Amino acid sequence: MGLFDKLKLGLAKTRRAFSDRVEMVLRRRRIDEDVFEELEDALLSADVGLDTTGFLLDRLTKEARREKLETADQLIPVLRREIHAIVAARTDSVKSVSDSMTSLYYDQNGLTVVLVVGVNGVGKTTTIGKLAYALKQEGKRVMVAAGDTFRAAAIEQLSVWADRAGVDIIKQTTGSDAAAVIFDAIEAAKARRADVLLCDTAGRLQNKAHLMDELEKIYRVIAREVPGAPHETLLVLDATTGQNAIIQAKLFQDVAKVTGIVLTKLDGTAKGGVVIAIGKELKIPVKWVGLGERLEDLQPFSADDFATALFDSLS
Amino acid sequence: MFDTLSNRLQGAFQKLRGKGRLSEDDVKEAMREIRRALLEADVHYSVAKDFVDRIRERAIGQEILQSLSAAQQVVKIVNDELVELMGQSQAKLNRSSKSPTVVLMVGLQGAGKTTMSAKLARHLMLTEHRRPLLVAADVYRPAAIDQLQALGKQIGVSVFAPGTSVSPQEIARTALDEARRGGYDYVIIDTAGRLHVDESLMAELTEIDQITSADEILLVIDAMTGQDAVTVADHFHQQLKLTGVVLTKLDGDTRGGAALSVRHVTGCPVKFVGVGEKLDALEPFYPDRMASRILGMGDVLTLIEKAQASIDEQQVMQLEAKIRKNEFTFDDFLAQLQQIQKMGPLNQILGLLPGIGKIKQLQNESVDDRQLKKVEAIILSMSKEERIKPELISKSSSRRLRIASGSGTHVRDVNQLLRQFEDMRKLMKQLSGMGKSMKGLGGPGGGLGGLGGLPGSMKGGPGAFAGGFGKRGKKRR
Repeated sequence: MGLFDKLKLGLAKTRRAFSDRVEMVLRRRRIDEDVFEELEDALLSADVGLDTTGFLLDRLTKEARREKLETADQLIPVLRREIHAIVAARTDSVKSVSDSMTSLYYDQNGLTVVLVVGVNGVGKTTTIGKLAYALKQEGKRVMVAAGDTFRAAAIEQLSVWADRAGVDIIKQTTGSDAAAVIFDAIEAAKARRADVLLCDTAGRLQNKAHLMDELEKIYRVIAREVPGAPHETLLVLDATTGQNAIIQAKLFQDVAKVTGIVLTKLDGTAKGGVVIAIGKELKIPVKWVGLGERLEDLQPFSADDFATALFDSLS
Repeated sequence: MFDTLSNRLQGAFQKLRGKGRLSEDDVKEAMREIRRALLEADVHYSVAKDFVDRIRERAIGQEILQSLSAAQQVVKIVNDELVELMGQSQAKLNRSSKSPTVVLMVGLQGAGKTTMSAKLARHLMLTEHRRPLLVAADVYRPAAIDQLQALGKQIGVSVFAPGTSVSPQEIARTALDEARRGGYDYVIIDTAGRLHVDESLMAELTEIDQITSADEILLVIDAMTGQDAVTVADHFHQQLKLTGVVLTKLDGDTRGGAALSVRHVTGCPVKFVGVGEKLDALEPFYPDRMASRILGMGDVLTLIEKAQASIDEQQVMQLEAKIRKNEFTFDDFLAQLQQIQKMGPLNQILGLLPGIGKIKQLQNESVDDRQLKKVEAIILSMSKEERIKPELISKSSSRRLRIASGSGTHVRDVNQLLRQFEDMRKLMKQLSGMGKSMKGLGGPGGGLGGLGGLPGSMKGGPGAFAGGFGKRGKKRR
């Protein structure tokens, strides 16, 4: 199965749930206030969020007037265009720096360090396992650093993934200093001439000042040891998360200069509309999506596929 | 990003002044704001819609009580309805008449089942004096069993873990034998995270339920969950007949509207909430507090409890007397600072206060415990005499320099603190003239009103902390 098909399959439920509603709302009706109200519900139920929903509806209203649209289903292509514009604008902006289909920024001359951050339980460790595998498939020499020294058995968990992906892991024991582990890992990665070092971190809620300080320290250590690093800071977001995802993105961006988002658990019924809200408010690109628990269940995010898949059944 | 509902309603009701009764139009605008508050809190949109309809019926034609503004009154109606929806009182863990009681922990990946299992075991052991057995039935996620074993070791609870080569059904079956043999009265089964649409894994749970005839099936759900909470809860409930819900990660800054959605769909009570990564961070669920939180009204009750738990009443009395006599010194100030710090991270405390979210946004302040530490350091660098007579410091630049270098701060920080301390003393003098208003945390008009000025004063020192926390008048609601 090709990448595109797989993404489509993963998004199928998203698409169905979202589009069914949109379709129900829009088919062959005159554009009136009720249409907009129901459309609002549809967007809200996809976790798009009030502000972004309001923005989209404003745009729709204006376009409808400008293009003299009469029936509600004529609004569909407009809505798709608007959503696509928000989502695509972000991915285009980073295309210039990526050299591969994985849209990850690489340092061409030396070690590329990728820092992976997020709140508890979003799938950071699993994502690193899958990412290590994907990069290794591309022929990179990959290493992982077990920077979650807090949660019980987090190190063991990453070890299993490193094993599956066939990459080296640098680890210490639970309770040791996370920044020290990352420091060691960088030294080891330099010595072993690795291309990419993926750094796991403990899950932390964005409102815990001391944990965010710890993350800042990790960031500083990486920046000091490798010029230009971390080359990517990936924020892992759970697709089932509601409006809190936006605050998460904001605060992690403040501390660790997030360069991209990995949206996980998109294989459930969660609609992933939060992607649109984050795109609009923070302009952080979504780089990958998690679609399952197997090694290969991590796929590059494509704005085109996303927007198309979302409205497939409508056109 | 989030404004409090009360503030918004206040705006909506501005033009209402002087009216004795809410008209339909008045109510309509208010309902929009309520819906907005619910949606921003991630309450499912259809739940929010139903809810608003009910409120509308209740609100139209309501007489405006003398003591309340129209906005307050509507908030009160909303609050009452929310509390009712979430279940009036807190529900306890089920207990089987025949030992052992089986508790099945289920939910999506990453919701926090393993940690919550350990927290429940610890709670049962320490507060209910039971003998729980933890069962590691997550054979899929790498190192899930190691995680449960490590947690079990931390809290001193046995973990039954036959390993990953045994099926979860078989693990559950043998766990019951093990519990009977070992004289355990609770069996807590930690299952693997699964998607509600994964038919084979959902069937596995049904089988475990049949094998163990579980007395309690708890859906563990992340408080940050969005609109999908309804779908997830519905699927789990259809397949398993849930008996309760546990909300995790409520120590984040989410408003936690998922709680309402889940309750609405399953009708099951929320039994516990997880409020931190440490294993003692487990609390019973209080519907009224959750209601305030969803509405963005802060959680005054929790704050009062925190204050009561960490503040020494006698000290407060002494302090009050001193303030009356205008004898408040830096020593007293220091003692207060330390008490405040005992209550927990400042951010968390502020989050519990109504309206603070908005103020924080406005001023773009980062409320930082280190500011308190800084003030503490400055005071600790003063001599005994200086603490009693701050004018000594104001008069002498060499004293100020010494204190600044002793505390690792700058002279301007010392100056700022002195200034604020002086302002505070003046304020206290005025307040103590007003008599009763100094009596602690009585209500929003009393001590809490004083705390309202807190974020603004955080740049230099906690000037507004001087309000004092008393024990009197606690259960006012």
